Amino acid sequence: MTETATKAPSELVTNSLVRYTELPFDAGLAAVITLDNGRDHTKPTTLGQGGLEALAQALDEVAAKPGVAATIVTGKPYFFLVGADLKNIGMVRDKAMAHEIASYGHEVFSKLADLRMPTFAAINGAAMGGGLELALYADYRSISTAAAAIALPEVFLGIIPGWGGTYLLPHLIGAPNAIKVIVDNPLSNNKMLKPQEAFDLGIADVIYPAPDFLEKTFVWAAKIVLGQTKVERKPVDTGAQWADAVADARKRVAARVRGAARSAYVAIDLIEGNAKRTRAEGFAAEDDALADLVMSDYFRAGLYSFDLVQRRAKKPAGAPDTSLARPVTKVGVIGAGLMASQLALLFLRRLEVPVVITDIDQARIDKGLAYIRGELAKALERGRMSQTAHDRALQNISGSLDYQAFKDADFIIEAVFEELSLKIEIFKKLEGYISDTAVLATNTSSLSVTKMAAPLTHPERVLGFHFFNPVAVMPLLEIAKGELTDDATVATAFEVAKKLKKTSILVKDAPAFVVNRLLMRFMGEIFRAVDEGADVDVADRSVDDFGLPMRVFQLLELVGPGVGYHVSKTMQDAFPDRFYASANMKALIDASVSPITVYEGDKAVLTPAALAVMKFGDKKPTGEEIRARVLAALADETNRMLEEGVVSEVQDIDLGMITGAGWPFWLGGLSPYLDREGVSEKVNGKRFLPKGVASVT
Amino acid sequence: MGKEVRNVVLVDAVRTPFGKAGSMYSETRADDLLVRVVRELLERNPKLPPSRIDDIAIAATTQTGDQGMTLGRTIGILAGLPHSVPGYAIDRMCAGAMTAVTTTASGIAVGAYDVAIAAGVEHMGRHPMGETFDPNPRFLAEKIVNPDALVMGQTAENLHDRFPHITKERADAYAAASQDKTAKAYANGRIQPDLVPVAVRTAAEGVALATADEPPRPGTTVEGLAGLRTPFRSHGRVTAGNAAGLNDGATGAILAAEEIADELGLNKKLRLVSFAFAGVEPEIMGYGPVPSTEKALAKAGLSIEDMGYIEINEAFAVQVLSFLDYYKIDDDDPRVNPMGGAIAVGHPLASSGIRLMQYLAREFADAPNVRYGLTTMCIGLGMGGSVIWENPNYQGAQSKAA
Repeated sequence: MTETATKAPSELVTNSLVRYTELPFDAGLAAVITLDNGRDHTKPTTLGQGGLEALAQALDEVAAKPGVAATIVTGKPYFFLVGADLKNIGMVRDKAMAHEIASYGHEVFSKLADLRMPTFAAINGAAMGGGLELALYADYRSISTAAAAIALPEVFLGIIPGWGGTYLLPHLIGAPNAIKVIVDNPLSNNKMLKPQEAFDLGIADVIYPAPDFLEKTFVWAAKIVLGQTKVERKPVDTGAQWADAVADARKRVAARVRGAARSAYVAIDLIEGNAKRTRAEGFAAEDDALADLVMSDYFRAGLYSFDLVQRRAKKPAGAPDTSLARPVTKVGVIGAGLMASQLALLFLRRLEVPVVITDIDQARIDKGLAYIRGELAKALERGRMSQTAHDRALQNISGSLDYQAFKDADFIIEAVFEELSLKIEIFKKLEGYISDTAVLATNTSSLSVTKMAAPLTHPERVLGFHFFNPVAVMPLLEIAKGELTDDATVATAFEVAKKLKKTSILVKDAPAFVVNRLLMRFMGEIFRAVDEGADVDVADRSVDDFGLPMRVFQLLELVGPGVGYHVSKTMQDAFPDRFYASANMKALIDASVSPITVYEGDKAVLTPAALAVMKFGDKKPTGEEIRARVLAALADETNRMLEEGVVSEVQDIDLGMITGAGWPFWLGGLSPYLDREGVSEKVNGKRFLPKGVASVT
Repeated sequence: MGKEVRNVVLVDAVRTPFGKAGSMYSETRADDLLVRVVRELLERNPKLPPSRIDDIAIAATTQTGDQGMTLGRTIGILAGLPHSVPGYAIDRMCAGAMTAVTTTASGIAVGAYDVAIAAGVEHMGRHPMGETFDPNPRFLAEKIVNPDALVMGQTAENLHDRFPHITKERADAYAAASQDKTAKAYANGRIQPDLVPVAVRTAAEGVALATADEPPRPGTTVEGLAGLRTPFRSHGRVTAGNAAGLNDGATGAILAAEEIADELGLNKKLRLVSFAFAGVEPEIMGYGPVPSTEKALAKAGLSIEDMGYIEINEAFAVQVLSFLDYYKIDDDDPRVNPMGGAIAVGHPLASSGIRLMQYLAREFADAPNVRYGLTTMCIGLGMGGSVIWENPNYQGAQSKAA
């Protein structure tokens, strides 16, 4: 690489240690290259500029050494190599340099492919991105049953596997399987392959058990060197099968992201072209594509998002010192409905402490318990839970009509109907039984935590603990601090959240907190447009460029119009000039119309039953107008939340939208997209994030 | 439990290559060495269903850290054996693995077990000798033992004093021969087939594969040995050259009732005849094999002349020579350690007993005219252990090696 390259000052260089060792069966000398950054298993090995140079040097040394019968590349324990150093790439500020990173990676990795003796990648541990790509340059690959994660996650981050992945992988395992790994998995919550799956796809030639993975690899390598073992691979069809796979992938991606995930489309284009390209041509195409994407705000937003979920999520901003947290040895759940039962299940599985549920009568409690036990049995059956964990959870769950059962609970959460007086009544009654320091948490999505706490003897123990549906899947927890909530209560809540393996953000007690507030403002604009007379399909697809996991009317059917309207009404009551509660929606709920829309192919259509009760204006706003209104509304509401101090920084809003609403990485959650589209400046007169934080410039 | 004593056979024995203490295994754990040994045993003997293993006895002298935690059980779990297979730890210092064999064999003989694994390990790099010693002060305060008794090299010097005709020159000649015999055995490929290759890694150097013993010094001459220091006594006779070194390694064996081995179609490499342990004055520890062999021979109704091969552990040359002198066997008798011994190949304390059996099995396999053999070793604090084996391949005294 040229001297103009900027080295990441903080690069933890992965060394390529070269060691020569005799192969079994007198098969000759093997050069073993071990990728190791000198740290323990908490610091995965990555390749930055320094690491690439070290690898180049090692491969040059092996190439120059006479009498080497085999070269084996492997990693330090638990890691093969997890790819490019993202810090390094995030610092690239001009396109020539981005191009250079891509082409230098190709150049260095090709040194492995160009070695004259048989080459092996012993995938002993996680192999991601550039790590997996490096393995593809070897002649042969073995994989350990303990190799935790095998993936090409680049498309998820907003780039493409640009160190050979889009060329080498389809030519090794065929385009259909390669597209799964390169495109579909990254778009499916960045799914990783298990070692057996990687082997089944043909990424590795052999799979060996972890305890003697390296020994068996040495034996296998020796037999290949001696010609005693031959590796048979299925021939790759670069004709019709390849073309069909590309066409199918375009359809799947279109259905999923509706054009928004640029990296997915670029990857598919590359794979399509690579059917007929030579290796050199394929690598050159990757260089160009990677340089383009690296220099896009789209990718920078992806990197920003990655940093939020990887780093910020682990150290929630504003959380009090963990030493203030009180131990939670028993949990109470008020309510035995579906939401409450899901909460009870989560506490049972993650906290492994006794959990008591209650409701207004024994029948409801029994129904909740039956649901919980059924879910535990399912988890056991599917192998998601061990027998021991299952038995423990069964022992830990109980139900009681008598609040006496909560007297020794340290953390009690209510998930009853959204009515302030009811929740206050329950909390007041609980105070007659529980200790003075037991936390009272509410899963309310829109009521005031402060109002809920005020009438209590110990209001300082009350906070909002707001989950997202489905509870087991959505990572976000909004922890809402009321005006009177004390730090020990908040600290305890954060510790509980951590044990629940949730991403938590600290929010001020404000109507609908963060995510629902933005979603209500967003959906309100869509419903307003429909009520004004916009075609429902036009409104529904007006924000397709966001690439949201679901269109608005799909989401509405999933959540249920009743819940949606209830929250929107609460918000409209609080802020009538900004939030919209649709009169049509009220009429639809009153008339129990379901479903409201159906999808005819890709197109949302109101059902006759819905049309019968709905009234429309004659404004007919266009999709472009609706999109502009939505963006402006989101920019306005985000800015207001920051001014009100609902969160300490806009990063928490973005983290919330990613983990609570499933908004995509390439939007950066929300604010990078608003900045990128110029809406922030137009609406608020300023950007949310400084230039360069989630953008190239 | 059966009323009759059953025949016990050694089905197979493997070991890791032995390393110099803290050298090629410097960053490899002792328990990982054992896992390799146990997994290799099962892989080499696919006819043995792992669920048929009734117990795992594993020896180590220093039972702490990676050699602690009830090795037989932890290794069973780590090696992926069914959880139904139990295990335990065992210790008789240098004769750990030998005792693991005799103890599990006893269980098999009385019908408590059908199949057992016996193993031994010592990582003297990670666990220097005496690491966890806390000798009772009475030993010395009440002169219960001579202070030399706790330092093995000094017991070897004492043995030279006791048998002045065993000179340093004789010891060095014996040691050089051991190196020579080991080099020849390697050249003839008699050692390698029973070694378990071990992938080793150090943070500074990366990954490599250990496929051969590290301690041997081929080409060692008597002249070369003559000038070595005598670290245990000035003007002494015991040197690093005529004693086993400090080593890392693990060994393991499958033992079975002969009828079960036949039922499952397992190999039979050795058939147990008798065993005995015996004690001597702790300060002449190395003399232990004499009384233990006397006992074992008496129990078997055999004499030393019946032993076609003698595998004696070479903790110190002087200790081997005192044994040979007792039985009036020449220093270079071809029946004694024909493939060399611990002076060349190393002595990772509690693992060595099975190495002796492994060597004897190799010799038996090539000598159907030999009926009996002896494995024996000296043990710290003045003990000896001896196991007499019959060659399952024995075809009569007149038969010739294939």
